[in-house]
Amino acid sequence: MKQRPATCRLALDAAVRLLSGLAAVLAILMLGWIMLEVARKGVAALDWNFFTKLPTPPGIAGGGVANAILGSLLVTALAVVLGVPVGMLAGIYLAEFGLHTRLAAAVRFTVNVMMGVPSIIIGMFVYALLVLPVGHFSGYAGGAALALIMLPIVARTTEDMLGLVPNTLRESALALGAPRWKATLGVVLRAAKAGLLTGTILAVARVSGETAPLLFTAMNSPYWPRSLGQPTANLTVTIFNYAMSPYDDWQRTAWGASLLIMAAVLAVTIFTRWSFREAKQ
Amino acid sequence: MAKLGKISGGDLVFKTLTGVCAAAVLVIMAGLFYELFRLSWPSIQKFGLSFFTRNEWNPVTQDFGALSSIWGTLVSTAIAMIIAIPLSLVIALFLVELAPPIIAKPVGYAIELLAAIPSIIYGMWGLFVFAPYMAEHVQPFLSERLGFIPLFTGPPIGIGMLSAGIILALMILPFVAAVMRDVFQMVPPMLKESAFGMGSTTWEVTAKVTVRYGIVGLVGASFLGLGRAIGETMAVTFVIGNDHSLSLGLFNPANTIASTLANEFAEASEPMYLSSLVELGLVLLLLTFVVQSLAQLWLRSINKGMGA
Repeated sequence: MKQRPATCRLALDAAVRLLSGLAAVLAILMLGWIMLEVARKGVAALDWNFFTKLPTPPGIAGGGVANAILGSLLVTALAVVLGVPVGMLAGIYLAEFGLHTRLAAAVRFTVNVMMGVPSIIIGMFVYALLVLPVGHFSGYAGGAALALIMLPIVARTTEDMLGLVPNTLRESALALGAPRWKATLGVVLRAAKAGLLTGTILAVARVSGETAPLLFTAMNSPYWPRSLGQPTANLTVTIFNYAMSPYDDWQRTAWGASLLIMAAVLAVTIFTRWSFREAKQ
Repeated sequence: MAKLGKISGGDLVFKTLTGVCAAAVLVIMAGLFYELFRLSWPSIQKFGLSFFTRNEWNPVTQDFGALSSIWGTLVSTAIAMIIAIPLSLVIALFLVELAPPIIAKPVGYAIELLAAIPSIIYGMWGLFVFAPYMAEHVQPFLSERLGFIPLFTGPPIGIGMLSAGIILALMILPFVAAVMRDVFQMVPPMLKESAFGMGSTTWEVTAKVTVRYGIVGLVGASFLGLGRAIGETMAVTFVIGNDHSLSLGLFNPANTIASTLANEFAEASEPMYLSSLVELGLVLLLLTFVVQSLAQLWLRSINKGMGA
């Protein structure tokens, strides 16, 4: 190794230290900038009408996004009902039954790849399956698209969390004569309860901010969601449509909806992580 | 497992049920490819390879060549990677090697939050806050100082390729930094201590020991970021300007595959238009599939190698 003077080496070291500190500060500043701007511009749009009224045409005061709030909740709930059970069962297979089988290896690989498939592609897929044959957009399709996005996340979390459960617990249950399924559901799942709950809630938080998969599935609507068989209003597509419109009042409403989504997602994320850490201690 | 005692019927049912759900993942993945391929077949037949080499996007004459979308995807991703990879590396270095735990913890937390913010929020912020800032402060400065490079030309209006790339960088940074941090933490302390013991500075230990030891993981982390950046939709759609023309100047409005889909898919009523858009989707799916698969294989080999 060629010799370099110590001062030069120390200077380089100090420069890198400074640089990495600055990079960390930069990341935090950007986070702060985004959160502050959304909060500042969003608060101006929040009032009683925002939460209780239907949208109004541009220029007419007193409109709200109540239908979109309700629609988002419905579509997300449908996604949970469809996506969580299948994802969890798949995760149970990976952790409990298929540890070293070839199917499990393939599924594990596919789950990881699927987590990286762009959500707009999932939307397109659901469009091909559930919208094109029927001929119109629907809340069901929106829920299905979000469920497909949750599925690999839930499966992966379940596998990880069940993997943390010590084998002695499984063996104890089996030694008491419990069949495998009882041991899994009654003992292993219960031991991993906190982790599973956290993982599921984080997955819900993640999909509740999704927009791209809803663009060609749930679409949007200015009416109350009477049935999920129709195009269904939702907050994120509303933000997209309103933000892209040239009207000031619609853009203001888009900021309000952005604040609502951001606050909800961040609050849920922070709270679940915090309570998971508490539970672990 | 339970060789003694009777095998319960419940076990068989339960095991089959979980197995079916697991296999469903494979079916869905195959279905994704099948459906997109099926719907894009008319376009593949009609345009063939010229779909990738021509820049003609005309819904009126039903003539489609998607060069600008593909080019935009590659360029915006490249900008994001050039910014995000070094930043993630030094942030991971900061979190693992430099910062005392009392600082590293909240910083790590903040970076996790950056990952939790939905794409559409980045889009709103990008369009209404960041793009005007770029137009007023950054782009005039860049074109004044570096305007002789063709990259830094174009109308300084804020929205365009460069802004989209920077926001993409910000969005993938937390993911890449998190994996890089894990990689750094996996390096055996003994190795680092030996280097410190020889009188190396922190940077020398990082560059010559930590990075070299974890290079496979670092590349894997970069691939994960790459996979995210390629398919990121909403934030890019807000700030890139959605223009089908090709140009070298990064200030110009452009488009990506994902932004084209987000803007046009819901309105595409003619069969050939729809088919061409689905073909774009298929290209995006193939790109992310390859990138994600490589990242998986890469990261798996590192986990095996390090016994973690």
